[in-house]
Amino acid sequence: MKIEQISIFLENKPGRLNEICRTLADNKLNIVTLSLADTQQFGIVRLIIKDWVRAQQVLEANGYVVNVRQVVAATVPDRPGGMVEVLDIISSAGVNIEYMYAFTSRRGTAAVVIFRFDDPDKAVAALTTAGHDVLHPVELFKDSE
Amino acid sequence: MANFEFWNDGNTPLHPASAPDFVPRPQMEQMQLHRLQVMVRRAYENVPLFRGRCEERKVTPDDVKSLADIARLPFSVKSDLRDTYPYGLFASPLDDVVRIHASSGTTGKPIVVGYTKGDLEVWENVITRSLAAIGVRRGDVLHNAYGYGMFTGGLGLHNAQAMGVTVIPVGGGNTERQIMLLRDLGITVISCTPSYFLHILDEAAKVGLDFHSLPLKYGIFGAEPWTEEMRQRIEEASGIKAYDIYGLTEIIGPGVAMECTAQSGMHIFEDHFYPEVVDPETGEVLPDGETGELILTTLSKAATPMIRYRTRDITWLNREVCACGRTLRRIMRVSARSDDMLIIRGVNVFPSQIEAALMQVDAAAPHYQIIVTRENDLDRMEIEVEIRPEHASDEIKQMEALRLRMSQAIERITNIRAKVTLVQPNSLARSEGKAKRVKDLR
Ligand SMILES: [Zn+2]
Repeated sequence: MKIEQISIFLENKPGRLNEICRTLADNKLNIVTLSLADTQQFGIVRLIIKDWVRAQQVLEANGYVVNVRQVVAATVPDRPGGMVEVLDIISSAGVNIEYMYAFTSRRGTAAVVIFRFDDPDKAVAALTTAGHDVLHPVELFKDSE
Repeated sequence: MANFEFWNDGNTPLHPASAPDFVPRPQMEQMQLHRLQVMVRRAYENVPLFRGRCEERKVTPDDVKSLADIARLPFSVKSDLRDTYPYGLFASPLDDVVRIHASSGTTGKPIVVGYTKGDLEVWENVITRSLAAIGVRRGDVLHNAYGYGMFTGGLGLHNAQAMGVTVIPVGGGNTERQIMLLRDLGITVISCTPSYFLHILDEAAKVGLDFHSLPLKYGIFGAEPWTEEMRQRIEEASGIKAYDIYGLTEIIGPGVAMECTAQSGMHIFEDHFYPEVVDPETGEVLPDGETGELILTTLSKAATPMIRYRTRDITWLNREVCACGRTLRRIMRVSARSDDMLIIRGVNVFPSQIEAALMQVDAAAPHYQIIVTRENDLDRMEIEVEIRPEHASDEIKQMEALRLRMSQAIERITNIRAKVTLVQPNSLARSEGKAKRVKDLR
C-alpha cells in the first residue's frame, strides 16, 4: 500500500522551515512526519500529511514548489537484525531505495520506516510476500486524528 | 525597387508610410545628407554645448559636405543631458515644444527630452512603419503594457493609433487584470518588456490559460536586451511571433529600429536616424559589418537634436538588402549595452550570456540575478536562479544535477566558473518593467 509524500524545495535561509510549518498549522494541517534532507546550498523537506491534497494546494498558493511522490510505510521489527531482514527482501527483489526515514509513531513492537523506492509496487509485493507489514494510509494516520 | 505596393506575400497592401523603407541606397543617402546638413546647422545655431565643441575642433556646419564628413563632428554622450539639465540641449523654444519625456537615470537627475508637433509626427511615422513591418494593420488590437508617463515606452507604442490600430493603454502592473484583458478583448498584438511577457505567461499558466488559444499573434518586445533563446522560448510557450524593437529616450524612444518578419536584425529608420558604428575605445568609425558601439544622429528631430550620440550599445550594421525587400540597414541584435558589461577576473561577461546559458538547460527559468563580489582581491560571480514547478523533486541529487548543468552551461559560454544558487519562485526582486539582473557589490 502506497502513501503520498509531499516534498518542498527549501532555500537555505533561516526561518524557511518555520514558514512552511506555520503555513500548514494556520490551515489546520497536521504534519505526521517530517524529514529534512539538506546540502549547504538548499534543502528538501519531505512531509507525510493526511490531507496531502489540501497541503499541496496551500503550499503552492504560498509560492512553494511542491513535489508529490508515492512512498511505502513498512514495519521493521524492533530487534537486532530487523532492518537487515527488510533490506534483504528489497534488494533481492531488485528494487532500489532512493532514501528512507523513520516514521514518528510505532506499531507495537515494530518501528515504521518510510521508504522511497524506484519501483514501489514491486517493493510492496516483495515485502508482503515475505510476510512484512506494509501500512495502509488509514492505519498510518489512525493516531494522528 | 522592391514591390512597392504590396507586402512580400504579394497580396497584402503595404502601408503607404513604409515607402521610404524600400528606396534605393543612393536616394536614401542623398536625403540623409540633406537632412544632416540642416540638423547640424540647427544644433550649431541653437545649442551652445554643441557649438562650443565644434569650435574646439575648428569645424563648422559648412564642413559637412558628404555623409563621411560626419566623422569630423564631436560625439555627444548621456552626461551632456544631465550637465545641461533641464533644457540646455533644446534647439526649439518651449513655445514650440508640445511634449516632454524623461528617462530616470540610475543616479541623480533624470534626462529630459522635448518634442515639437513635428517630432511627434516623426514618432508616429516610425512606429507605424515598425508595426507595418511585422504585418500589423488597421483592425489589429494592441495591448500596450509598457509603462505610461514620462517613460517613452507607453506613449511611444501608443502612436500605433495613428495607423488605425485599436490601442489599449494598459500600462504596467496588475498582471491578473492584464491576463483578463488578453483573454477577453480580442487582442492581437502585445507590447512590453520581454521579461514582463514571460511573467505574464507564468501567471497565465497558473490559472490554466494557454496563450495558443488566444487570438494574440505578435509581440513587440524591447527596453531591455534579450536573446535568441528567449525568443524561441516565448514563441513556443505562447504561439505568437516575438519581435525586437529598439529605441532610446535620448533619440526619440521606441521606433528607432524594428525587426521585420524576416527576424534577422532590426531595420533602422535611416531617413530619421543616421547610424554609425565606432570603435568604443578610439571612436574611429568602422565599416559596415564590423562590431562596435552604435552612434545615432537624429536627422529630423527639432526640439532636441542629437548629433553623434553614443548609445553604449554594441552591435554591427548589415547593409544587405533584407529578405523583406527593405533597403534600410539593419542593426544586428543588440547583444549588450556596454554599460551592462561586467568584467570578472579580466573577462567580459554580459547578462545576456548568462541568460543564454540558463536557457540551454532544460526548462531553466529566465528569472535570475547575477551577484558579483570580491573576496581576497578575487572576483566571484554568483547566479541566483528561481526554480520552477517543473524542477520540483524530492531528491537532492536531482536538484544538484540541475545546479550543475546550469553552472556548466555558464562556464561553457562565459569561461567563468560561477556559483549557482537555487532560490524559491518569486523571491528575486522584479519590477513590472525592467528586470534587475545585476548586483555588483565590488
Ligand atoms: Zn527586413
